[in-house]
Amino acid sequence: MLYICLVHFDDKEVFSRLSDAEKRELDIASTGYDRELERSGNLVRAQALQGPESAVLVRVRDGKISTTDGPFLETKEQLGGFILIEARDLNDAIRIAGGIPLAQHGTIEVRPIHRVPQYDGAA
Amino acid sequence: MTRPIDIDAVWRTESRRVLATLIRLLRDFDRAEEALNDAFLAAAEQWPRDGMPANPRAWLVSAGRFKAIDRLRRKARFDVVAAELALEEEAQMPPEAESIADDQLRLIFVCCHPEVPADARIAMTLRETCGLMTEEIAAAFLAKPTAIAQRIVRAKTRIRELQLPYEVPEPEQLSERLDAVLRTIYLIFNEGYAASHGDTLLRADLAAEAIRLGRLLVALLPDPDSEVEGLLSLMLLQHSRRDARTDAAGDLVLIADQDRRLWDRAEIAEGVTLVNRLMARPELTAYGIEAAIAAQHAIAAAPEATNWAEIVRLYDLLLRADASPIVMLNRAVAIAMRDGPEVGLSEMEAIRERGALSAFRYLHAARADLLRQLGRTEEARAAYVAALELTHQAAERRFIEGRLAELSAPSTPRP
Repeated sequence: MLYICLVHFDDKEVFSRLSDAEKRELDIASTGYDRELERSGNLVRAQALQGPESAVLVRVRDGKISTTDGPFLETKEQLGGFILIEARDLNDAIRIAGGIPLAQHGTIEVRPIHRVPQYDGAA
Repeated sequence: MTRPIDIDAVWRTESRRVLATLIRLLRDFDRAEEALNDAFLAAAEQWPRDGMPANPRAWLVSAGRFKAIDRLRRKARFDVVAAELALEEEAQMPPEAESIADDQLRLIFVCCHPEVPADARIAMTLRETCGLMTEEIAAAFLAKPTAIAQRIVRAKTRIRELQLPYEVPEPEQLSERLDAVLRTIYLIFNEGYAASHGDTLLRADLAAEAIRLGRLLVALLPDPDSEVEGLLSLMLLQHSRRDARTDAAGDLVLIADQDRRLWDRAEIAEGVTLVNRLMARPELTAYGIEAAIAAQHAIAAAPEATNWAEIVRLYDLLLRADASPIVMLNRAVAIAMRDGPEVGLSEMEAIRERGALSAFRYLHAARADLLRQLGRTEEARAAYVAALELTHQAAERRFIEGRLAELSAPSTPRP
């Protein structure tokens, strides 16, 4: 079963609170955990994201494209990265999410992957 | 040179036992689950190349343990706790073979520990000892996977925080602790057997899992236990009727109307053998007596051949062990079969006057049935309506609605 772990955290708060050495440790732990997941066969793809101020929001209405600066919602915790995993079941996915180092600073949203139905005749 | 190796088949037969041992060795559910995955990953790599080890289970346990130590060592670079744990793990003795069978028992007892919330015991037992996925458990109980998942997480947190011991209880506590285990198994069975709501897909599997757990307990407990054997035989005898309980349309068929050729003879034989062994012992247990009642139905070649006098006698015994209104109701039904509907009804009215079962649909349905047999149509109709209002399971609703329709059609008397 595929699950995505969406890593939300308040980057300004976390990065202002941690010392440079602690930030470095967090980075090492995060890439180290990705490697663990690769070793255990759970990792499909892990990616960190640039900050929410780098986001552009795109909409198409009546055939017209419009863009605005992100982020979409004014919540403190923003999407900062994701890990797509293969897990046995939801509790296995929760266990894996609990090991993500940033879970100690932010919130991990675990969601099962939805399989979009395939329709005959689609290209 | 080597046979093709079916890792999935090994997973099905060994993963729960290996997990049970890894939980003891690593003293943590999550680290054990991680180690179990690692061990099977290593097996998938090595076995096709090197051949299947002579003792796959021992190989998996030892691989899982070493993988867990490896992980702790790698983590130890930035985690003091992990560093300590790694040292502690390495100092541990490797598992002794004879304690591995006990690990499955330990796992069942910790999943059904009285300190684990009752609603989580079922989910924990099904996931950890039966290997069901969270999503499968949720589907079987018509619950949201997120609800079941959180129940399991909270249960594991509680086990960790209270440091619940991973052990088979000492003899003086065994009976009390076993009671919680048996209740959990019977709830799993009943959810599969007499689904209280919704449709029946997947639920047969729950009944089969409960029987598997019952067999496991009988096989693993150091001394024969009458409660455990009683529950196992009760489940086997009830389960033997599963194919006859509903018709092609999924409607409920009462035991008197069932096609007895559809009953599972092997399960009946196993259940009756256990019952005979239990009835020969001096002390009788509630599950054992219930199993003896089920056996009376199972051995009757036809409904008319049912020994109702013996069944009433067994209910009298059961009342001494379990004086619940539900037992009294079942006894009243048996008395009606032995002495006629009038006598049965007066027994039932006595239960009704106590008010204990007014929200219990079977009281109204059983009473309605006797009133119908006595030709007291209006009272029967009111009782069926009361039963219908309390019934949410589709097949049971259709059954009661069918009886109500018969009451309205004057020319279709039933025996």
